[in-house]
Amino acid sequence: MTRKQRNFYIFPTKNNKFKHQSLDIGREAEITVKLKNNTLILDITDLKILEALQEDAKQTYMAIGKHLGIAHSTVYDRIKRMEQNGIIKKYTALIDAEKAGTKSITAIMTIYTDPKESEKVAETLGSAPQVLEVYTSLSEELQIIAKVVAQNQESLHDFIANSVAPLPGVLRIRTSILTKKFKETQFSIINDPKRLTFIKGTHNIKEEK
Amino acid sequence: MSADTVSKILRTVSREKAFYFFTSIGNYTGESASSLKEFMGKINEVNLKSLEFHLYRGDFEKWISEVLQDEELAVEVRKLQKFNLTGDALRNQLYVTVSRRLKRLTSQPSPTRI
Repeated sequence: MTRKQRNFYIFPTKNNKFKHQSLDIGREAEITVKLKNNTLILDITDLKILEALQEDAKQTYMAIGKHLGIAHSTVYDRIKRMEQNGIIKKYTALIDAEKAGTKSITAIMTIYTDPKESEKVAETLGSAPQVLEVYTSLSEELQIIAKVVAQNQESLHDFIANSVAPLPGVLRIRTSILTKKFKETQFSIINDPKRLTFIKGTHNIKEEK
Repeated sequence: MSADTVSKILRTVSREKAFYFFTSIGNYTGESASSLKEFMGKINEVNLKSLEFHLYRGDFEKWISEVLQDEELAVEVRKLQKFNLTGDALRNQLYVTVSRRLKRLTSQPSPTRI
């Protein structure tokens, strides 16, 4: 039997807030995750389980199973399989740093580098505890973009002046201190751009027939 | 001043100890200086904003004192803060202060053997 590939569409509602409808279990939709030695196929049930875990990773297999209308042993098996294959990387806690009483500032550093040294610069940055995320970007000049936290502006400057600027291959650095957070979210399986298409004028996710 | 002290002040330091010119918090210009002589040259090259940023934070005097270990020049640079100089006036005054000191250090007679 040939499985159908379905695309999902998402678009803002009248008040400009995004809305999506739940995926229906049992419908034949799939995405393929290529692994080194074999190919693991995630079906709609796997996606629903991932969605449930992303919503609340502390909920029990029983609760997920009940919500999705499947046996808790199925939930267990599928979660274990996705853990073993590295699709579920880890379970972690989202912490509100402000409520936890830790005062810090966050900044985005754009580091212009000599292409020959950029890998080393990125690796060195990645090993610093102050650096939360490191990326390379495509542009006319090779750039490394890093998200960094520090206690205050002074310690941020010390870190950049003493630990980043002296790295071989660093040509110059631009830093923006973040002032207000409007949105922060984790990558969601529901928002996977491979499966979603943004269509003007519609309101909810729609399956392509 | 002993020849050892002079050569210590005039030495070239490692890249970890070099002075890195920023224009504001976290914004590195790409310019750096690893010796007093190189530092003097950069005064005429770097963005004026960088000179203003570092002078009034006390970064120049700190580097001159802690890395080059030239207390005398560090004191002279610190005094410049009192004049509230900006722009080219700051660049010129800082250059004069450093170049005068460099001239004194390089014109020190070398010790003669008896």
